[in-house]
Amino acid sequence: MSAEANIRTLTIDEVDISARADETILEAAREHNIDIPTLCHLEGLSEVGACRLCLVEVKGARRLLPACVTRVEEGMEVTTHSAKIDRYRQMVLELFFAERNHVCSVCVANGHCELQSLALRLGMTHVELPYQYPQLPVDASHPRFTVDHNRCVLCTRCVRVCGEVEGANTWGVMGRGAQSLVITDLKEPWGESETCTSCGKCVQVCPTGALFEKNRAGTKTAKHPEFLPYLRIMREGEQR
Amino acid sequence: MSRTIVIDPVTRLEGHGKITLQLDDAGVVQDAMFHVTQLRGFEKFCEGRPFYEMPNITARVCGICPVSHLIASSKACDGILAVKIPPVAANLRRVLNLAQLIQSHALSFFYLSSPDLLLGMDAAPEERNILHLAHAHPSIAADGVALRQFGQRVIEVMAGQRIHPGWTVPGGVNEALSQEKRDQILVMIPAAVAAIQRTLEWFRTAVDKFSAEIEVFANFPTLFMGMIDDRGLAEYYDGYLRVIDSEGNIIAGELEPARYAEYIGEATEPFTYMKFPYYRPLGYPGGTYRVGPLARLNLAGRCDTPLADEEWRRFRAMSPRPLLSSFHYHQARLIEMLHAAEKIERLLSDKGILDKHVRATASVNSLEGVGVAEAPRGTLIHHYKVDENGLIVWANLVIATGHNNAAMNRGILQAARHYVHGDAVKEGMLNRVEAVVRTFDPCLSCSTHAMGQMPLTIELRAPDGSLVREVRRG
Repeated sequence: MSAEANIRTLTIDEVDISARADETILEAAREHNIDIPTLCHLEGLSEVGACRLCLVEVKGARRLLPACVTRVEEGMEVTTHSAKIDRYRQMVLELFFAERNHVCSVCVANGHCELQSLALRLGMTHVELPYQYPQLPVDASHPRFTVDHNRCVLCTRCVRVCGEVEGANTWGVMGRGAQSLVITDLKEPWGESETCTSCGKCVQVCPTGALFEKNRAGTKTAKHPEFLPYLRIMREGEQR
Repeated sequence: MSRTIVIDPVTRLEGHGKITLQLDDAGVVQDAMFHVTQLRGFEKFCEGRPFYEMPNITARVCGICPVSHLIASSKACDGILAVKIPPVAANLRRVLNLAQLIQSHALSFFYLSSPDLLLGMDAAPEERNILHLAHAHPSIAADGVALRQFGQRVIEVMAGQRIHPGWTVPGGVNEALSQEKRDQILVMIPAAVAAIQRTLEWFRTAVDKFSAEIEVFANFPTLFMGMIDDRGLAEYYDGYLRVIDSEGNIIAGELEPARYAEYIGEATEPFTYMKFPYYRPLGYPGGTYRVGPLARLNLAGRCDTPLADEEWRRFRAMSPRPLLSSFHYHQARLIEMLHAAEKIERLLSDKGILDKHVRATASVNSLEGVGVAEAPRGTLIHHYKVDENGLIVWANLVIATGHNNAAMNRGILQAARHYVHGDAVKEGMLNRVEAVVRTFDPCLSCSTHAMGQMPLTIELRAPDGSLVREVRRG
C-alpha cells in the first residue's frame, strides 16, 4: 500500500485534517492541538474506552463515539464540543463523583488529581445525582503503597501498565459495574502479592488518589506518568 | 412559679451553643447549663483511614485553629512511626503553633470580646461588634486586625496557606524554611510586638473598670493544667503537663502527656454533647480544672522571653495566689501573644532553623500514638490506635474547650446568680452571662467536633421544663 493510500482526510471542528489510517480521532485531534478531555487514556498504554469523557459527535453516527477508540475515516466530520457533548461529559463526571467517596480537601492527590482538574476544566459546579457513599476498603498492606478504593474511578490504567509495560499482570478487575474493584492477584492483600514487583508504575499512572505512596500525604504528591512513552520507546529500541 | 431563661444562640463564640438558666419561685437562679448542641463524629469516621491522613482530616475540625490540630495530630503520628523528628522540624512546628496562637488570640480578644470591653457590656447589641469598634476605637481595632493578619501571614509564609496548610506531616514538616521566608517573617515582628504592647498598656488601665465582672466571672477555685518545659517555664509544643491547685501548690509536676488517660477522665452529662474532662485523682466534679492562657500563666514559672516575663510578673502580682477569675483570661491572652511573638523571633534567629533535614521517615513501628500540644484555648490531645498496616482502628480527641467545660458551666451559674433576678432581665445582664463564656474563648465546633457559626441561645425554664423566656441571637 502506498503512503498516500494510508492517509485519511477528515474535519474536526470544521478544521481540515489529514491523519494516518491507523490513528484514532483522539490522536489526530491532539496532533492538531484540538482539545478533547480524557481520563482513562494515557499515552503509552492501550485504549479501553472506559471513561467516556472523550465522546465526540461524528456526522452520520446515531450516537456519540469515544474518540480514543474510534479510527479516523475518509471524509469524517467530527465535532468535539457542542451543548450535547458538554452535557454528556458533565453527566459522566458527576457519575464519577457520586459513585465513590471523593473528598478532595483531605485527599493525598488534592491539587494533583486528574479527576479534580477535569471537574475544574469542564466547569462542574455541583453533583445533581445522589452520592452513593459506598463503604469500600483501604488496602495498606504493601510496605510502600496503598490502594484506596473510595477514590478509584476504574480507569484500569494500573491494570494496563502492570500487564503491558511491567509485564507482571498483578492488577486485574473483579466484579461488575459500579461494584467492580481493581484487585491484586486473586484478591490477595497487595502486600502478600507474589507477582507484584513493587515497581510503582501503577501509582504513577493512577489519575486520582486511589493509588498512592505511603507517607506522602500532604501537598507534594504529584505523579509522573510522563515516564511511560519514553520507557516504551527505550524498550522497543532494545528489542530491535 | 419558677422560670427558665434561655439564651440561644450565644453570640461571638466559635461554634453553636445555648445557655439554660433555671429559676425558682422567687426568681433566683437555681441552675445553669451550657449546651453544645451539635455533634460531628470525627473520632468515628476517621476509623479505617491511613494514619498519615489524620493531620489533614482532623485539621478540618476547625477553621480557626487547624494548625493546632495539625500539630497534635502530627505528633500522634510521630508516635506511631516511633521516630524522633529532626530538631529543626520540631522548631518549625513550634513557630507555626505560636503564629496560630497569635492569630487565634487576636480573634478572641479583638473581634469577639473587645466590643464588650470597649463599648461596654450594656451597649446596644447591634453595636457590640468589630465593625462598630473600628468606628469608635479605630486604633485598637486596627491593631487587632493587624495582629490577626500577622499570625495568619506567618502561617501562610511557612506552610503555604493560611487555613488547612498541609505542611506539617508525620515525621516532621514537608519543606525546609528558606532564608527568604525566614526574613519575610522576621521583618514583621517589631510591628506586631508594638501593637501587642500598646494593647496591653491600654488594657492594664481599663481593667479596673471591670472589678464587678472580675468578681463574678467564673471566679472560684479550680485546678489548672497546662504544659511546661523541663525548666518549668511556659511551653506550647512539647513538654510535661503540670497541674496546680487554686493555692498555687503543684499537685502534679511532670505528668507524661502520652499517659493522659491515667490522670484525665471524661465525664458526660445528658444536656450537652461536650464532655467534661476531670483530673482523675480528685474525681468528677471535684477534679475540675481550667486550661488555656490563664491556666498556663498561673502554673508556669514564667514565660521565658524578656518583654512577656515583665508583663507576666505584673500580671501575677495582682494576687499572691493563682488568679482565679476567668476575666483574667483576656489579659493572659495578650501576654501570651507577646511571648509568642518574641519566641518566634528567637526561634527564627537561630541559624539551625534553615536546616534542610526536616522529616524523618519510617513505617508503622507502634500501634498507638498520642500527640499533645498547647492550642490557643488549652491542652489539645490526639490519641490514635492503628492496625499493623497503619489504618486507624480507634481515635480519641480531647479538645481544649472540653477541659474548661465544667468551669464554664459553673462560671455561668455564678454570673447568672449575680446578674439575673426574675425573668425581667435586661439584655446587658444576659450579655454578661455570655461574656463569661467568651472569657474562655471556647471553640464549640472543636469541642464536640460540631460545625456551624456560633450563635448561642439563653433559655429560662420552669421546673416542669416549660420555656418561659428565650433570648436568641445570631
